[in-house]
Amino acid sequence: MELKLNLNGRNVTGHIDPGTLLIDFLRQQGCVSVKRGCETANCGLCTVLMDGRPVLSCSVLAARAEGHRVETLEGLQQEAADFAGFIADQGADQCGFCNPGFVMNTIALLREIPEPTDDQIRAYLAGNLCRCSGYDGQLRGIRAYLDSRKK
Amino acid sequence: MEQRTYRVVGKTFRKKDAMQLLLGKPVYVQDITPAHALVVRLLRSPHPNAIVKSIRTDIAKKVPDVVDIYTWEDVPQTRFAIAGQTYPEPSPYDRLIIDRHVRFVGDVVAIVAAETEQAAEKALKLIKVEYTLLEPVLDFRTAKDNPSLVHPEEDWYPPCPVGGDNTRNLVASDLDQHGDVDAVMASCDIVLDRTYHTKAFNQAMMETFRTYTSLDRYGRLHVVSSTQIVFHCRRILSRALGIPKSRIRVEKPRIGGGFGAKQTAVCEVYPAFVTLKTGRPALLVYSRQEAQTAGSPRHEMQIRVRLGADRSGKIRALDLYTLSNTGAYGEHGPTTVGLTGHKSIPLYTGSLEAYRFSYDVVYTNLQAAGAYRGYGATQGIFALETTVNELAETLGMDPTVLRDQNMVRQGMVMHAYYGERADACALDRCMAHCREIFHWEEKYPVRDMGNGKVRSAGVAMAMQGSCISALDVGSATVKLSDDGTYNLIIGAADMGTGCDTILAQMTAECMDCAYEDVAVFGADTDVSPYDSGSYASSTTYITGKAVEKACAQLKKQICAIAAGMLGCSEEEVVFESRQVRRIHTDQVVPLEDISYKAQLFNNIPAQATATHTSPVSPPPYMVGMVEIELDKETGLVTVLDYMAVVDCGIPINPALARIQTEGGIVQGIGHTLMENITYDRRGKILESSFMQYKLPTRLDMGRLRVEFEQSYEPTGPFGAKSIGEIVINTPAPAIAHAIYRATGVWHRDLPITPETVAMSIDQEI
Repeated sequence: MELKLNLNGRNVTGHIDPGTLLIDFLRQQGCVSVKRGCETANCGLCTVLMDGRPVLSCSVLAARAEGHRVETLEGLQQEAADFAGFIADQGADQCGFCNPGFVMNTIALLREIPEPTDDQIRAYLAGNLCRCSGYDGQLRGIRAYLDSRKK
Repeated sequence: MEQRTYRVVGKTFRKKDAMQLLLGKPVYVQDITPAHALVVRLLRSPHPNAIVKSIRTDIAKKVPDVVDIYTWEDVPQTRFAIAGQTYPEPSPYDRLIIDRHVRFVGDVVAIVAAETEQAAEKALKLIKVEYTLLEPVLDFRTAKDNPSLVHPEEDWYPPCPVGGDNTRNLVASDLDQHGDVDAVMASCDIVLDRTYHTKAFNQAMMETFRTYTSLDRYGRLHVVSSTQIVFHCRRILSRALGIPKSRIRVEKPRIGGGFGAKQTAVCEVYPAFVTLKTGRPALLVYSRQEAQTAGSPRHEMQIRVRLGADRSGKIRALDLYTLSNTGAYGEHGPTTVGLTGHKSIPLYTGSLEAYRFSYDVVYTNLQAAGAYRGYGATQGIFALETTVNELAETLGMDPTVLRDQNMVRQGMVMHAYYGERADACALDRCMAHCREIFHWEEKYPVRDMGNGKVRSAGVAMAMQGSCISALDVGSATVKLSDDGTYNLIIGAADMGTGCDTILAQMTAECMDCAYEDVAVFGADTDVSPYDSGSYASSTTYITGKAVEKACAQLKKQICAIAAGMLGCSEEEVVFESRQVRRIHTDQVVPLEDISYKAQLFNNIPAQATATHTSPVSPPPYMVGMVEIELDKETGLVTVLDYMAVVDCGIPINPALARIQTEGGIVQGIGHTLMENITYDRRGKILESSFMQYKLPTRLDMGRLRVEFEQSYEPTGPFGAKSIGEIVINTPAPAIAHAIYRATGVWHRDLPITPETVAMSIDQEI
């Protein structure tokens, strides 16, 4: 079937099987930042924004994106780079495989709650697993970014 | 203690790859390999122990886009091991690419190669297999001398003598002792005899196993894999496929986590076999279910500890027996088990008069175990530290004070640690420091919160190694570039840990240049100098020292080139960061000029390769303290505060050392409280996805605090030891201790889930 959507600001037309998942469509479109960490919607690695809201692209049929606006990390490089450096300063990127999903959800967080508390950050990002960092470095990075904005 | 200040070492720098990773650039196997590769899928056995009586692939092969299907009849008949270990491996050669005898639920029965995923999936369903079922060995306590044999084959072969016997389901066994344990134990005031059980916890790295293979422009097998062990992987493939090593190239791009899982060549042979057969590129990506059920997790172990002490709390004798379950294949079986004793007992060198450590490692018809961060030390330390806590509670002593009396200290010879001397040991300072900043005096007493919840605290110590002594080899090549910057080329594998970064820091320190002026490349068997690989906590300590040596050699060669330019002898010049100076005349040549001279009418290489090994493996040490809140009604244990003080020698990059520690602690919290592996009656793993196998989230870890007590390791680069593994070892015993304090019940089986806690409290009433 034919699929039309807006991907990272570009109008894209694709031909897909009806059962194609959004994650697989996006990777085929070259958006390889979108990672698969599980098959059960438990890890958060495949988080992308659909009409500005974070969704797990492993649990959304590509066909559901018809006519919608989808953003991946490829399309939000500058917005991500603004705070990603603070996470790098903590060394909390580690293996990096969970980073794109985590960064996407953090973008959503910061758009929705510009001045989040630590507990709000933890709660918002609870669905983004990371096996390397122990999470605290990611939190310190986000906190350092927020503090830097106040200056 | 030697205290030196460095320019680059000991400072925090961003990881070399940090921004690439954070911005989601294509850096992993599946991002950088062509999309048109053949899709490889594996048909797996539904039975724990069976012989493939017949297998029909003709119908499956008719599925459009299926390229080929391979069974046991198609593969070479040479047994091999997939453990990433130095040759000759302690792990037995007990595998074939596909064996007619399948030995666990998930063992490979057929390899499908197809143009599309859908075709491969369809073909898997159409392969007709008839099995002759055999009696499985599903309880590792009954495996030794069980009439049912996991490896009855006559060509089972152990490359090293490790006390194994396949006719007894035995992979390895040994006994090590010092002093007369029985005599000392008999004269002790108190003897505790306790048995512990830990599960086959999964590394659950975010990127599952995956390998891409193709034939390169010379017709050689080019393997791009998510691996910690490029050189071992090449050797394993060479033996398994029956082709020379010169026909194989293995490289690793960025790795999405390993934690030891990728110290085993879990999936490489399958796409490699497909590429050799078809001549076409092939890609195998394990699903999370495959990674959970046919990966390479921690060894399940049962550990019996006998501890003898006197009434004053002096620990006089220790006797450990470990029964380790290696599962269906023996990867890392003979070696992980050794750490249960050799990296727990030495913690009590201070008072110990005698010890005995013995073990058996057995085959069962369950998922094969492998290497997981901590590598046996984690299990042994849980058992021993919990027994020591019980001793303290029995004697009514503060467990930190009891440890002060017994722990290993600077300068002591550790008989249980291969007779090595603790030349850099700040364990005593770690304990004092941790006690102070954790506020142990306030938190150790049990506090009833009046709402059914209780707060309590627990403590544990840990140690690990910094390499495999007298065995691991690390190398580094350092090259001078035209503009006076450097390239560092290594065979060690950065899997997110940051070894590329800390080795670049060492290079910058040695060459007296900026961190930014060092570019790192690793790892590729065609390009990198030989390195055992990134495991056994060895990269900082071993490869780091190789970097130091290579830099020293390169500086000499740069001086030699400069001396030629200055028309004097090498002895007359000194290397000074961006230039070389002739001492007596103060004539200088800039590094740029030297590097251009190196390319013009020159016989002296502007690059150097050095190799390093070590006869010793200096242990890092640490102390962990935890405060929990336990809900007596639901059994829920919440970690409120985890404080760790680590002696890893001199931390090369404090931020990365801290993150390693925090990450290790959270993994440890996971396997203590929530991660579980259970099987159904037929040996099938029930926790086959993240739906059932619950990793800690950021809501599960409370407050983490990490500090360092530095020691200076004279044999390490810049005084460094290791950090990667030790950090996973304290949570289980510390949390089990805190749970005892809150409930009065010792839990000796991991994990300690809310159910087990709640049920144990019920029993008390």
